[in-house]
Amino acid sequence: MRLEVRESISIVRLICALLMALGVSMAICSVLILWGGASPLEGWKLLIKGALGSRFALSETLTRATPLIFTGLAAAVAFRAKLWNIGAEGQFYIGACVAVLLGTKGVALPAYVMIPYLFGAGALAGGLFLLVPTFLKTHLNVDEVVTTLLLNFVVLLFVNWLVFGPWKDPMSMGWPQSEPVLDSAILPIIMAKTRLHLGFVLAVLSAVFVWWFMEKTTWGFEIRAVGSSIKASTFAGMPVTNTIIRTALLSGGLAAMAGVSELCGVKGYLTTDLSPGFGYTGIVVAMLAALHPLGVVASAIFVAIIYIGADSMSRAINISNYIADVTTAVSLLSVLVALFLTRYRIRRG
Amino acid sequence: MDLMGFFLETGFWMACIRMATPLIFGTLGELVCERAGVLNLGIEGIMAAGCMGGWMWVYLGGSLWGGIAFAGFVGALFGLLHSIFTVYLGLSQHVTGLGITMLGSSLSAYVFRMLLPKATTPPKIIPFQPLDIPFFKDIPFVGEIIFSQTPMTYLAFASIIFVAFVLYKTPLGLALRMVGENPLAVEAQGLNVFLLRTLAVCFGSAMMAVGGAFLTMSAFDAYYIGMVNGRGWICIALVVFSSWKPYKALIGCLLFAGFDAIQMRVQQQAGMAIPYQFYLMLPYIFSIIALIIMSRKAAYPKALLIPFRKGER
Repeated sequence: MRLEVRESISIVRLICALLMALGVSMAICSVLILWGGASPLEGWKLLIKGALGSRFALSETLTRATPLIFTGLAAAVAFRAKLWNIGAEGQFYIGACVAVLLGTKGVALPAYVMIPYLFGAGALAGGLFLLVPTFLKTHLNVDEVVTTLLLNFVVLLFVNWLVFGPWKDPMSMGWPQSEPVLDSAILPIIMAKTRLHLGFVLAVLSAVFVWWFMEKTTWGFEIRAVGSSIKASTFAGMPVTNTIIRTALLSGGLAAMAGVSELCGVKGYLTTDLSPGFGYTGIVVAMLAALHPLGVVASAIFVAIIYIGADSMSRAINISNYIADVTTAVSLLSVLVALFLTRYRIRRG
Repeated sequence: MDLMGFFLETGFWMACIRMATPLIFGTLGELVCERAGVLNLGIEGIMAAGCMGGWMWVYLGGSLWGGIAFAGFVGALFGLLHSIFTVYLGLSQHVTGLGITMLGSSLSAYVFRMLLPKATTPPKIIPFQPLDIPFFKDIPFVGEIIFSQTPMTYLAFASIIFVAFVLYKTPLGLALRMVGENPLAVEAQGLNVFLLRTLAVCFGSAMMAVGGAFLTMSAFDAYYIGMVNGRGWICIALVVFSSWKPYKALIGCLLFAGFDAIQMRVQQQAGMAIPYQFYLMLPYIFSIIALIIMSRKAAYPKALLIPFRKGER
């Protein structure tokens, strides 16, 4: 077996490959549904219906996609620079904590000041938090994969302490949750009688911004260059360390914005289950989009469809809703192969 | 607080060794993969798969040793998947590994829920019981600590000797180490780089899964979702800490388990003075500190993360 680099990457082939990956993942998961004693065809129909079948279902899907767009962007930006930030889950909670810290007490600012203030402060905190493992990487040669992963556990325990201890809302009837944020911090609903909130618009705008930043600015170009080759970038006189630090600030900031948006848009208060793994799912979202910022919006919606749809499907045909996690994991792996096939040709001999 | 008292108790040392066991399996498994030049971030999910697979085998009527073998087999399958992606296709080892972790964790949870849909309290099996080694057990103190563990702990110690022996004393081990340092040289010797790496990853992944199985089949008697709880990631840190050497890995695991046992004891004694969440953070923070200390002069295998492609240099 021999691998041959293709001369050019055609868009048609890319789309075909992605569709093929989707088909393969659906086939594999169909086997699992079949094993559970249900009809896969029925299952997929119910999944689509559950995620897109009504105005409300659609709004739920977009609500779920919102944090995934942010965390997907966080992973896309970092992975472009080959900064392996697997800590979006932790940065998510840092953002949520900042939103609670600044949004529950203090001056009641008007909403149009309060919301940007919370997003800004949250993003800053998330970015600074990612700087810790980033500095360890750039200055002490410590692998950032493991440090960012381990910090997720530390942050989650910290949040656990906060909501069981000092931040516990005395009015919560004993539930471990923080006090709710002030009304002016709550993100307005953008679709009447649903939960879809302003965060979705902000997420899409962020995707456009990140696309512009990565493609049209010098800093963005440097991030991509460092990702392709640190050696070449150094040789070209680029500030490699500074670029990695900028990437970290952007990536950590985006992940934290997911936390602010989820807290101020959906729950209103902090709990330890605010994120069912949005940080980790963001990695899948970014990879499905081939790290393209605008593609992240589409792939986040795709992943949200799987999760929201699988919830109602699993109830209807009586299989475990972990099928959603399996489907996303399988799609991640098949998309990896699909993207590979757009760049290489496999020859025998 | 009588901290020094711990060190004289056999109970403390026995707990150390018990807690080190899954880490030994996981760290050795990761070490073998990385020595062959492949980072295996699938460890967390592979441990989960072994954890569930081994337990389920026994729960459905299989024998305990059969469960271990099954866990190893499942681990090797995930390892094979990881090697097809990273060794043969040369895809990103980071992303593939994370994908394998997600697949392993979610698939275990799915299979568990599907096979036991009505289980509200986790069902139990009869796990491995401590096995006293005659004669050695009677050595005062040391004998009690080391020689009245469960069989899986003995297996862990035996596998350190086995891995060290194979890596350093056999031609296969030489080839494995070389494939992680300079695959071109291995190819020049007429050996198959892909096959060697695949073997290493499958064997390493099988060990990780056995480490996971220890949790449900020896340390505890039931499976619950999310049981591995970051142990896999800690193993990756321990591999760096041990500078990719099996015996140092043993020291790292014991040291780590020791700190963990101390924090549990201190937690029991100090009561509520410091919230328990901070004690639970310690293992993760220890791992990060260990990484910081060792990373400065870490001698990574030269070809780690670099896919081998024939005819490219």
